[in-house]
Amino acid sequence: MQKNTRLKGKVWKAGNDIDTDLIIAARYLNTSDPKHLAEHCLEDVFPTLQEEIQAGDILVAGKNFGCGSSREHAPIAIKHAGFSCVIAESFARIFYRNAINIGLPIIVAPQLAKAVKPGWELEVDPVSGLICDLINAKEYQGEPFPPFILEILTSGGLVPYVKKKVKQHG
Amino acid sequence: MGMTVTEKILAAHAGLDKVSPGQLINAKLDIVLANDITGPLAIKEFEKIGVKKVFDKDKVVLIPDHFAPAKDIPSAQQCLDIKNFSRQQELSNYYEVGRTGIEHCFLPEQGLVVPGDVVIGADSHTCTYGALGAFSTGVGSTDLAVGMAMGEIWFRVPETIKVVLSGKPKNPWVSGKDYILAIIGKIGVDGAQYKTLEICGSAINDLSIEGRLTMANMAIEAGAKNGIIAADEKTEEYVKLRAKRPWKVYKSDPDAHYEQIIEIDVTDLEPQVAFPHLPSNTRAVSQAGNVPIDQVVIGSCTNGRFEDLWQAAEIMKGKKVHPQVRTIVIPGTQEIYLQAVQEGLVKTFIEAGAVVSTPTCGPCLGGYMGILAKGERAIATTNRNFVGRMGHPESEVYLSNPVVAAASAILGRIASPEEVM
Repeated sequence: MQKNTRLKGKVWKAGNDIDTDLIIAARYLNTSDPKHLAEHCLEDVFPTLQEEIQAGDILVAGKNFGCGSSREHAPIAIKHAGFSCVIAESFARIFYRNAINIGLPIIVAPQLAKAVKPGWELEVDPVSGLICDLINAKEYQGEPFPPFILEILTSGGLVPYVKKKVKQHG
Repeated sequence: MGMTVTEKILAAHAGLDKVSPGQLINAKLDIVLANDITGPLAIKEFEKIGVKKVFDKDKVVLIPDHFAPAKDIPSAQQCLDIKNFSRQQELSNYYEVGRTGIEHCFLPEQGLVVPGDVVIGADSHTCTYGALGAFSTGVGSTDLAVGMAMGEIWFRVPETIKVVLSGKPKNPWVSGKDYILAIIGKIGVDGAQYKTLEICGSAINDLSIEGRLTMANMAIEAGAKNGIIAADEKTEEYVKLRAKRPWKVYKSDPDAHYEQIIEIDVTDLEPQVAFPHLPSNTRAVSQAGNVPIDQVVIGSCTNGRFEDLWQAAEIMKGKKVHPQVRTIVIPGTQEIYLQAVQEGLVKTFIEAGAVVSTPTCGPCLGGYMGILAKGERAIATTNRNFVGRMGHPESEVYLSNPVVAAASAILGRIASPEEVM
């Protein structure tokens, strides 16, 4: 993710407590191939996702998104299915870390998450957390990231961030 | 102001005298754990970091347990991936099928985790080891890769919710599973999000280590970062027989700060059943109504320990599983399995008409060894009853303790133990 990234896409709206089994069921975890995971992303929540998703679409959910298992396969599936970011009222802790770590922008924005309807167009600045509802020309402020987490995201994830540190310290 | 047990462990591992909630710290790791599902992904990420060796070959533990013994060719490859990495890195703690079991049953049993540790595991139920007075939490594969490479990881020091359980249950069938289901039922699946659940009180003092492991195991089902029960004499007695390393007991200061204190009197608590599709959707078993079932699973990292199997066997002894029901008993480790054979539990289960499986996570996460068809319903001693968790998206999972599951196996519907005893 670049510092001046703007993400623009159509909203897919999910409810509360979307668990990682719903995001990618364990029956697909016999491989970690992103393409295979993406093909089954959220298949029991959005049966038409594969046919209808367009690169850059935005996933918006209620509270406790990503609860349950620690499987990093969940944010990988979301990222490779074509979603540019996830916005929710709140995130489960392991999912939150995993998304940041793999460089998938996620934003806590309860007001937007409650107001938004499927199909709306949003423009998102993942760095500042500012979200623009392009249909109604209304702005929402999501929670900004602490600087340290922002640094991980703008490095492209935790591994590139740590790699940089390893290099610096020999 | 004093510190909680979690704050003390984190401070000690960050080289600080004091930490407070919200603070970002780097903590040294005592154990870094992964399995056959999360391990291969962690290895891929590890290889990108640019270090050749893991930080300590004695502190990285890799366990094939989720789809092991391998259920299909891709799963076999994933098991082989962690085995090859273990060989190449000369890890002392890789365990092949036949010498291990479900990771969260195996590590405490073998004394690989001890009080005062900081543990991360690429498995959400890594919070189990909090039962021994360790700080232990689940992470994803990338965090784990960094943990394997660096031996430390960043944490945000969590706020703590203290749960005090008092009283002695009048109902003899109430166990640790019912305590934790009651807590989750009260606070909800995100009631402890990002926070510590510190569990204490006279009911916990009376509870076995097995019961405490069950409780800490499900802290994640309330969204908690970690669940913790400070080590006491019982813990030390348990650890003394197994520990591979010295340990340190930490306790909360009397003036430690808690974000919230929840008090629950367990005197009148009944065995709990979590209805589909959230672990917080709890009811007393007497209020379950007539719920016919197709399958019973007794096992998992939540309730696959010897005490759990022993209790289930007490209910099933001399009785028969309902003709319409299949019952799958899964001892958590090889050691538990052997003890269950030696003490006649396996005979009891087989004579009752149950199958006894090799240790595996298998059906709990809908992997294999007991997958539900469309419309089928199971009662399980496992930890999650999400949509499609054990199979078809239109199947259902009900969570309970082992004696309720055993009684239900006999009657073919969700049942109280007193209905069969």
